[in-house]
Amino acid sequence: MSVAETTDRPVVVEYRMPRGVNRPRQHPERWFAHLALLLISVGFILPFAWMLSTSFKRLEDTANFPPQWIPDPFMAKNYKTVLNHPKMHFLMFTRNTLIVATLAVVGTTLSSAVVAYGFAKIRFKGRGALFAVMLATMMIPFPVIMVSMFAIFRWLGDHNMGQWLGTYKPLWAPAWFGSAFNIFLLRQFFLTIPDELSEAARIDGCSEFGIFWRIVLPLSRPALAVVALFTFMWAWNDFLGPLVYLQDQDQYTLSLGLQTFQSMHGGTEYNLLMAASVLVILPVIVLFFMTQKTFIQGIATTGVKG
Amino acid sequence: MTKKDWQQLGKGLAFLSPWLVGFAVFTALPIVMSFWFSLCDYTLLQKPVYVGLENYRTLVWGENPAGGYGDPWFWKSLWNTARFAAMFLPSAMVVSLGLAMLLNAKIRGQAIYRTIIFLPSLVPAVASAMVWLWIYNADYKQGLINAYLMKLGLDPVGFLALKEWAMYALVFMSLWGVGNTVVIYLAGLQDVPKELYEAAEIDGAGMWRQTWHVTIPMISPVIFFNLIMGIIGSLQTFATPYILTDGLGRPERSLHFFAMYLYDNAFQYLKMGHASAMSWIMLVIILAWTAVAFWSSKRWVHYQGK
Repeated sequence: MSVAETTDRPVVVEYRMPRGVNRPRQHPERWFAHLALLLISVGFILPFAWMLSTSFKRLEDTANFPPQWIPDPFMAKNYKTVLNHPKMHFLMFTRNTLIVATLAVVGTTLSSAVVAYGFAKIRFKGRGALFAVMLATMMIPFPVIMVSMFAIFRWLGDHNMGQWLGTYKPLWAPAWFGSAFNIFLLRQFFLTIPDELSEAARIDGCSEFGIFWRIVLPLSRPALAVVALFTFMWAWNDFLGPLVYLQDQDQYTLSLGLQTFQSMHGGTEYNLLMAASVLVILPVIVLFFMTQKTFIQGIATTGVKG
Repeated sequence: MTKKDWQQLGKGLAFLSPWLVGFAVFTALPIVMSFWFSLCDYTLLQKPVYVGLENYRTLVWGENPAGGYGDPWFWKSLWNTARFAAMFLPSAMVVSLGLAMLLNAKIRGQAIYRTIIFLPSLVPAVASAMVWLWIYNADYKQGLINAYLMKLGLDPVGFLALKEWAMYALVFMSLWGVGNTVVIYLAGLQDVPKELYEAAEIDGAGMWRQTWHVTIPMISPVIFFNLIMGIIGSLQTFATPYILTDGLGRPERSLHFFAMYLYDNAFQYLKMGHASAMSWIMLVIILAWTAVAFWSSKRWVHYQGK
């Protein structure tokens, strides 16, 4: 992982040791850490392993006692069954989720970057106060505003301003107006870009938007990637939003679709349920492994520099 | 203000405009509206009718025909939420700080351990609820934990079926997803200057005293950040208990959370007035706790002078 392993503290008596002695072996603490991490890691993997194992079992084998970890027979067919299940339109749910996630990602990345540029690079009266207000909005959770948001979208529909409820729009449209968290993250990054660059461009007659678009944005790819990634994950995982706004089952996202499938005939086909869960998790995990460095740095930055 | 100032202001506001509009429409307006709704009898079907503090009275302090004061389900959901926060926040803090320290030790395979502990935090709430429903299953032949309890000669436990157990089960499974916080702590630990540990070591401080007198004070800003995010996060807990319990908060409403009852009021019973009052109560609780955290932080959060 990206975080450098440099925090080992030198031991004062070290110089007395003969050269060539492998220092790590001398530390009981280190052995303890090794052992503890090994055990904890096994514990953290177990739910994944059990999910994977169950997903390859026949339904009757899911109830074997004692628990059977290696499925026999190995039912890779379960995944095919899930993908073509008449009660759970997995592919359609995936498509729906991707629509919402893509629109949210594009919208929030663009708009948050524009706003972050204003906060980072343009000096004007009241900027500090507005920035404080923006930070404060991060504390307002969705449940606090969801009733009014629902009422607003309903009102828009009733007043000939397009249908909102029962469409994907309420799920992605707000993202096009910037989100406080992303604006904050990008602003922190923009601040590290030296002003000399923009000054030089300004002297060459570049407009403010030109500086933003042609100089600052291209230099900020890592930060933009973090914002895009986090937003995608958020949209992929979101449950309450789709639950409130979507009405027709054909529009459900994966989260909502999977929950509905489970609650309609839950407790029965755990092998299929686990296969579906694996399929929901898989893209997220793959995405993580593809972007590990960016990802971890993004989380670390928000927590430490915040 | 000079002409230049006005120009700068114009430019700044132009860049901020997406957020300014978004803030007005998707944050400020909903909050004001929900305050108005909270003072009204409002079912979505008819126009809101002003009733003063009636909604708050019914929920919080009004005498209940069935005995007691306020709405018992309101109080139950608030109590459950507080109980969850009181159990989860401290344990998550200890677990994630402990894990971060272990993951900060210089040992072989550290990158793998870090990845393993981080991965569960990526799992969408729906998928993780599915897995844990399956692991906690009360039928010993199916539930993983109960199967092993039986093998050890113990009685199976209805982890999610008994009101005495459900909350602990939820806290335990939530700790599985603590990896996000671990990464933040880990980054904080790596920012602590090594010299401090060297100095402490020379002064004869052992591992525990180094932890208590160097590590904790040095990363207290990170702890503080996580505490605030944790409070806000716990208060809006929704998806996991909702999915685990089919939205019912069973058994005996022991997993019925504040945000769930808010949702029920709004979209099951169409009592938008009650739901909005709950929104405002939630907002006030969040503000109050954040204020307490900020106020107390003067005593225990140490910022490095830069």
